[in-house]
Amino acid sequence: MSIFYHLGRYLLFLRQMFSRPERFRVYWDRTILEMKNIGIGSLPIVAIIAVFQGAVTTLQIAYQLISPLVANPVIGSIVSDSSMLELAPTITCLVLAGNVGSHIASEIGTMRVYEQIDALEIMGINSAGFIALPKIVAGIMVIPLLIVLSIFLSNVGGIVAGNASGILTPDEYIQGARESFLPFNLAFSLIKAFTYAFIITSVSCYQGYYTHGGALEVGSSSTKAVVASAVIILFSDYLLTQLLL
Amino acid sequence: MVEVNDVHKSFADKHILKGITATFQPGEINLVIGASGSGKSVLMKCMVGLIMPDEGHIVYDNRDFTSLDYKAMREVRREIGMLFQGGALFDSSTVQENVEFPLKMFTKMTPEERMERVNFCLKCVQLEGVNKKYPAEISGGMKKRVGIARAIALDIKYLFCDEPNSGLDPVTSRVIDGLIRDITKEFGITTVINTHDMKTVFDIGDSILFIHNGHNWWNGKKEDVKRSENAELIEFINASHFG
Repeated sequence: MSIFYHLGRYLLFLRQMFSRPERFRVYWDRTILEMKNIGIGSLPIVAIIAVFQGAVTTLQIAYQLISPLVANPVIGSIVSDSSMLELAPTITCLVLAGNVGSHIASEIGTMRVYEQIDALEIMGINSAGFIALPKIVAGIMVIPLLIVLSIFLSNVGGIVAGNASGILTPDEYIQGARESFLPFNLAFSLIKAFTYAFIITSVSCYQGYYTHGGALEVGSSSTKAVVASAVIILFSDYLLTQLLL
Repeated sequence: MVEVNDVHKSFADKHILKGITATFQPGEINLVIGASGSGKSVLMKCMVGLIMPDEGHIVYDNRDFTSLDYKAMREVRREIGMLFQGGALFDSSTVQENVEFPLKMFTKMTPEERMERVNFCLKCVQLEGVNKKYPAEISGGMKKRVGIARAIALDIKYLFCDEPNSGLDPVTSRVIDGLIRDITKEFGITTVINTHDMKTVFDIGDSILFIHNGHNWWNGKKEDVKRSENAELIEFINASHFG
């Protein structure tokens, strides 16, 4: 099927989803539950990736900048800016596309295969809104927080690796990071985080919602959700960088 | 009353329903029978709006369901209960939460009132003491009974059952049949059942619609089935050892 078919159906899915909830309280309870699932569930993997990302970047920058003309704080400046602008939002969200996206798509796909979505429709519930809206709202609220945490832990990883390898002291790292800090960089990082959060959750919900068949197709939807989310994230990354920097 | 008027449905070049017309009366158990692939499930999905027919009309008590927009259709659906083949219970919710769900969504009942209604519905389907169990912890027959309890939690006017006895042993099948009959008669619901279980037909059926190759091949009362001279209907009944 053509990309335009999916784009059109995705937009119709979003339109159907954003309708007035039948019972706001039930939607809110589901949103809180999803925030817990996405946020707490992804915390360990985000933390591990962030720490090692910062550590490795520090070592590689130091390796490439061995020169008496380059002051050590420059390494801290480059690592902290790279973490904020690209590594924390993009790499973390690519991992979340795999972790959260596949979970969402397979959960909704299973609901479709076992007729639970049909059951919701027959009860008179807007199934797209009931299933997808709390996940998307939860993702948009929680994923940017994970990105902020990722930026912080990435810098912690950089400080620890720099200090452990004797490349630069924690003071030098922090001095470099503070000197190069621009509030806009953080805002840019958060704009990316909100955009990617919407992409991960909405694309995964879409893929799961339109699953047809059985267990094999649920797996297939899950894979498609991850691949599609990753490609759209990378495309959006380029677009946002071009537009905002 | 539910009226089906000249309903057609095709998938790609395959014509599944070829002008089905029928009327399903309230307080009666209306059975739709036919061989696998004859179009029974497609007809039922058209009737509840999960699939839109290509031509024809579905009318619920003078409301033309097929011409309603999505929002108005959802209003009509709140009067509909459906029992799915697999139960379609929400896996992550307990039996109690499954039955309580429509009440939470569409009524302003207090938690105590909801609990009272849940217990009443579970009592109607002879399931008491399983409130805290998850669907994975109960048998197939119990899942169907929970499905019925959830379907009747709101005051429904129409009940659709898609092969309610599939995958069940004969004893449990008769229990499910009995429950559907009792609920239909007690609440005056218009019940439509898709089945090819002829024991169900002769035990609880009131009126019967026989679909053959997507056509409305025969319809009438249960008493008339055995007197019918329709060759395909006779063959269908004989094949199930009830002839």
